[in-house]
Amino acid sequence: MALVLRKLSVHYGSEAAVSDVDLSVADGEVVALLGPSGCGKSTLLRAVAGLERPASGAVCWDDTDLAGVSVHRRGFGLVFQDGQLFPHRTVEANVAFGLRMNGTARASRSRRVDQLLRLVGLAGYQKRSVTELSGGEQQRVALARALAPRPRLLLLDEPLSALDRTMREQLAVDLAALLRETGTTALVVTHDHDEAFTLADRVAVMRTGRVHQVGPPDEVWRRPADDQVAGFLGCTTFVPATVDSGMASSALGDVAIADAVDGEVLLGLRANALRLDPNGSVTGEVVQRLHRRDHARLLVRIDGQPALVEAISPVAGAPGPGDWIRLALDPNGVALVGPRGDRLSTGT
Amino acid sequence: MAHAVHRVSPLALVGLLPLVFLGLFFAWPVASIVGLGLTSTSRPGSAVLDVLTDSETLRLVGFTLGQAAAATVIAVLAGMPLAFVLARCKLPGIGLLRVAVVVPFVLPTVVVGLAFRVLMPAGGVAPIVLANAFFNIAVVARTVGGLWAHTDRRGEEAARALGASRWRAFVSVVLPAIAPAILSAAAVAFLFCATSFGVVLMLGGGQYRTLETEIYLRTVELFDLPGAAALSMLQVTTVVAVLIIGAVTRRRKETALGMRRHREIARRPVGGEWVVVGVASAVVVALTVPVVSLVARSLSNGFAGYVALAGHGDQATLQVSGLDAVWNSVRAASDATVLAMLLGVLSAVVLSQLSRSGALIGEVFDLALMLPLGVSAVTLGFGYLVALGSLPLDLRASPLLVPFAQALVITPLVVRTVLPVLRAVDERLRQAAGTLGAGRLRVWREIDLGLAGRALVAAAGFGYVVALGEFGATSFLARPDAPTLPVVIATLIARPGELNNDMAYAACVVLMLVTVAAVAAIEGFRASSVGEF
Repeated sequence: MALVLRKLSVHYGSEAAVSDVDLSVADGEVVALLGPSGCGKSTLLRAVAGLERPASGAVCWDDTDLAGVSVHRRGFGLVFQDGQLFPHRTVEANVAFGLRMNGTARASRSRRVDQLLRLVGLAGYQKRSVTELSGGEQQRVALARALAPRPRLLLLDEPLSALDRTMREQLAVDLAALLRETGTTALVVTHDHDEAFTLADRVAVMRTGRVHQVGPPDEVWRRPADDQVAGFLGCTTFVPATVDSGMASSALGDVAIADAVDGEVLLGLRANALRLDPNGSVTGEVVQRLHRRDHARLLVRIDGQPALVEAISPVAGAPGPGDWIRLALDPNGVALVGPRGDRLSTGT
Repeated sequence: MAHAVHRVSPLALVGLLPLVFLGLFFAWPVASIVGLGLTSTSRPGSAVLDVLTDSETLRLVGFTLGQAAAATVIAVLAGMPLAFVLARCKLPGIGLLRVAVVVPFVLPTVVVGLAFRVLMPAGGVAPIVLANAFFNIAVVARTVGGLWAHTDRRGEEAARALGASRWRAFVSVVLPAIAPAILSAAAVAFLFCATSFGVVLMLGGGQYRTLETEIYLRTVELFDLPGAAALSMLQVTTVVAVLIIGAVTRRRKETALGMRRHREIARRPVGGEWVVVGVASAVVVALTVPVVSLVARSLSNGFAGYVALAGHGDQATLQVSGLDAVWNSVRAASDATVLAMLLGVLSAVVLSQLSRSGALIGEVFDLALMLPLGVSAVTLGFGYLVALGSLPLDLRASPLLVPFAQALVITPLVVRTVLPVLRAVDERLRQAAGTLGAGRLRVWREIDLGLAGRALVAAAGFGYVVALGEFGATSFLARPDAPTLPVVIATLIARPGELNNDMAYAACVVLMLVTVAAVAAIEGFRASSVGEF
């Protein structure tokens, strides 16, 4: 393992921002720290960079404790949310900064800058002033700057959050490709699960300073470790169910669940879990209808359910408030909450 | 950053150098002169009490504060329209205006004093107040304009949309937002007016005296040291009080600036704003009147004054030629600037580090550095003569004495120009440089110095100009065979004779031209920074 965090805790005064975190990042792997704002993920990243001093625990690289190694000797690249480009320098000088620090010769410096600007899609931007770049371009330069000295680990702190939506989605795809292409080992902090799932090989979900779950994106998505992780990943309704030979039966209908052990489980339902279906087993009354780009979203009152549930229907012929409808569960919107193979332990 | 990795920086040790200099060449001389005043009588302390309870002293303090208050009010009223135009208006020639506004502030006090003497030969209180206001309009226009330019325009737009008139929106939204800058500028202007020396000496003569000129007169002409010392202490107390008010408001101002980093875009004025532009134009015209009349006066007898200035005047009025005096001025100001940059930049670095860790000691250090700005330059100059005699190395005859005193006067200006820039540097820029492999000193060089580059040039130029015109301390310390230009001007104007007057006015114009050229040169570098003075 390249990066290993052992029982890492970071305190702000008396408050614990990060508590007892164990996490590892393998060589060439991209791990995302995913969590709501204030969960301690940025603090964790800063501790890895050497910008915060851990209260206890260790940050290790290839089995060497980095405790006494200061920021500029760790060889880790860092990209901030808003780039933090040096405003008094050109694009070229920004990208070349790390190379100057490690004493790279002028000629190879300039070659490396050209190479990186091509890589981030900004060939020919060398002489531009960084203050006249758009947000997306600035973030690309920040990335090139961090990658230029070939860091052994790249740390990205909400790298795409400051951008508008279209730019964010585009850059997320580009960034994922770039990290794979360069074989970069990286730790990404984000509060956006789309971003985390696009970029990462493994996702670590954080809450209140602790890591609640670590796993590949699809596993975290389909099998959140507890109802809090599930809630953060978009599950709005929780319903107990009984699994019998791969089929889960609940008060909101039956649904096929792959590789689940028979017995009591908890299902987490996302917005697209319930669909309008004339053959559905559940009936309810539509309270409100909202139109989305490609579907209608319904808020439905179902007898025996404490809160309104969400359901979706095609836009054409969507039922309105007061209509009684039938609903069925869609396996794509249903997550199995709780550790793998665990029986139901948490209530709703 | 509560628990960020901050060891006490080795840079903090560097702060000792300015402190030692300040102690040796400021605190000690001032303390010596005060001590001398207190102990030179048989009953220590009683002389001080006598002076402080004297009704004459009360009148003196009253006049000092009164004229300063009047000049401050005029400076604020005249400076506000200029601040608006500089901050918000897109007009042709705005760059020129920016330079024109600063010129009065850096003009040597002697020059301004003489200019108002030409303009208002009848004398009285009015020219003193107007001349002091003339200096400080720039302080108000630049300080307030700086914050105003960064104040979000949408606040007043929201008020207008809610039905407020332009005036109402200004009073209820804009004014509270820029109030910290107005207070801070007023405090600084008041300080300058209350301690102004050259202007009052030139225009008031023996008749209208402030604390500052009274200290000078008692020291030099009456040899009343206890009285001078008592008045000095009174003045220092007042200055510290004003500085504390200034420090508090400045803190609020820097918080205010944090809200919005970007300059609002200047627009063409509309409707009633043209009235403000008109008033601002009138102020600018008024500012040029003393300057123009001074130039006209210097040419009233052709170039006779200029020709005589190139030599020693008729009957060898001057010990050295005018050209030599120019050379003396330039050399002393250069030495002073180098020294002040060294002290000022080191202090600014230490202060920015201290303020990041939020220590009270930073505030105290900050205040200590501002003190020389307000303590009577006369006290300082005389203190030098008293205190430095007891050093093993007698500095009193050294040509370094004048640059040392001038450096003390301009160091606060350097700190005030550089510090806001250093404080505004985002900590994450330093961290970014750190992760790219830059050690602490390298980060400082590449990021802090890199970003403050323009401010450093501006500070150096600004300090240089002020040192060129420094009169209070220099008049004490300049050796008779090596006077600076302001000292020559004062000597000439005190002598009878038409040609001597012509020479004095010619010297004023020469000094003014040097000053304006320096200001125009630095203005190019300064355009983007938020000026505090």
